[in-house]
Amino acid sequence: MIKAEQKPIAEIMEMIAPYKKILILGCGTCVTVCFAGGEKEVGLLASSLRIASAATGQGKTFAEATVQRQCEWEFIDAVADQIKRVDAVLSLGCGIGVQALAERYPDEVILPGVNTTFLGMAVQPGVFEERCVACGDCILGQTAGICPIARCAKNLLNGPCGGSQNGKCEINPDLDCAWQLIYDRLARLGQLDRLATIMPPKDWSKDRDGGPRKIVREDLRL
Amino acid sequence: MKAGSNLEKVLSSGRFAATGELGPPKSADREVVRHKAGLLKGYVDAVNITDNQTAIVRMSSMTVGIMLLQLGLEPTMQMTCRDRNRLAIQSDLLGAAALGVKNLLCLTGDHQSFGNHPTARGVYDLDSMQLLTMVKAMRDERKFACGEEMDVEPHFFIGAAANPFADPFEYRPLRLAKKIAAGADFIQTQLIYNVPKFAEYMKRVRDLRLHEKCYILAGVGPIKSVGMARYMQKSVPGMDVPEEIVARLKGVPKEQRRQEGIKQCADIIRQIREIPGVAGVHIMAIEWEEAVAHLLELAGLLPRPQM
Repeated sequence: MIKAEQKPIAEIMEMIAPYKKILILGCGTCVTVCFAGGEKEVGLLASSLRIASAATGQGKTFAEATVQRQCEWEFIDAVADQIKRVDAVLSLGCGIGVQALAERYPDEVILPGVNTTFLGMAVQPGVFEERCVACGDCILGQTAGICPIARCAKNLLNGPCGGSQNGKCEINPDLDCAWQLIYDRLARLGQLDRLATIMPPKDWSKDRDGGPRKIVREDLRL
Repeated sequence: MKAGSNLEKVLSSGRFAATGELGPPKSADREVVRHKAGLLKGYVDAVNITDNQTAIVRMSSMTVGIMLLQLGLEPTMQMTCRDRNRLAIQSDLLGAAALGVKNLLCLTGDHQSFGNHPTARGVYDLDSMQLLTMVKAMRDERKFACGEEMDVEPHFFIGAAANPFADPFEYRPLRLAKKIAAGADFIQTQLIYNVPKFAEYMKRVRDLRLHEKCYILAGVGPIKSVGMARYMQKSVPGMDVPEEIVARLKGVPKEQRRQEGIKQCADIIRQIREIPGVAGVHIMAIEWEEAVAHLLELAGLLPRPQM
């Protein structure tokens, strides 16, 4: 799922400074699962902002709402009335949610309350790790199910660099070396010979380098 | 001959090669290059010009390489994948070849987080293996990475790096084999301080007969101080500095440590020369080019062959 982290309060305060009435809008899907922008975080943030606003005598009001998914029209249409009543919406949805709101409500101010961080998972409670960069051309079948594009700092395709030591990445001792993981798993699978194959340069045109991407499925169109 | 460089001639004649390294200045001061070149001229077979090493912005490896040619030294231009995509790399290589650069060392590059622009975007369009493949195809097939043909191809003696001390250890000789398959004519290794471990690595390399397919230059470098030894031991990823290396420096008075570091490096060179399959040494006297001539003298590697 998409992972996100709430922006620092100071940054949020600066963003909302020009506005009096603010709706904090959560999203019930990805950002709820990673505890960044669900109903609970909307409540906590609203309390913090009310206290901060009162302390500085700004007299701001903060309304709260959470929709099931900010990235689908039908769910954000449901909060149209609440949005119309405020000066700005502070979205705790991911970047997709923020943009969906901006597109659906062209006359309203929509602000991001979280930093959308990566596509990943909780590997243990409170620890989230990146797993996919949506490169558009999946190579997991060649890399033992471990993605070196997402998990190697240099997105190497042909084995571990000279900085791999004790299974860790040279840029951060808390980070596993993706190629050590791939090596170990290929060894378990009896497929170490795969490492001898030179993987050719990647077709980055399927990634963002080809421009913003779009999928059109004729079979699904109305 | 792939490129007919001095380094290639020395190696192909079976002589034990010695290459040096010159770190470009962090400024536009060409006098620094002239000074450092003067310290190396005549003492080494070729001089590596680092490419924004440790991700710190410096004068470009290509321009310093060309300055070296003008000063009568043979450069080995380093090219990393960190700062350039396949378009920029190929374009620079065409220019470098046109101006007479013949040795090229293909590297992935130190991650940008280590350097002085840690917020920069890293490119890594290619990795070092793909870079080697691309350069070889440019030279041997006159083809760009996209498959288009060129009229006049760049002739490079192609180098690659290897770190015998990185993990997984048992994979490292296989990675070397892959680099040779990709296009490496010569290899320069990470700095060697743990000679027994390097000897074990070389045994595995010989078992795969890789030393017959490319020239392996062992990376060596004198250590200036106990502090530098400790730093390399504890903080440089992929480095293996055994305690006895530090202890030897500690065992002499402070004012003699630089000299001891040079002697220790000369001893390492002598031990490495005994290991079958090693074709030469690559001396990385980081910001200490003054030490190179004395070191080579002590190691018995002077004078250099005139090819």
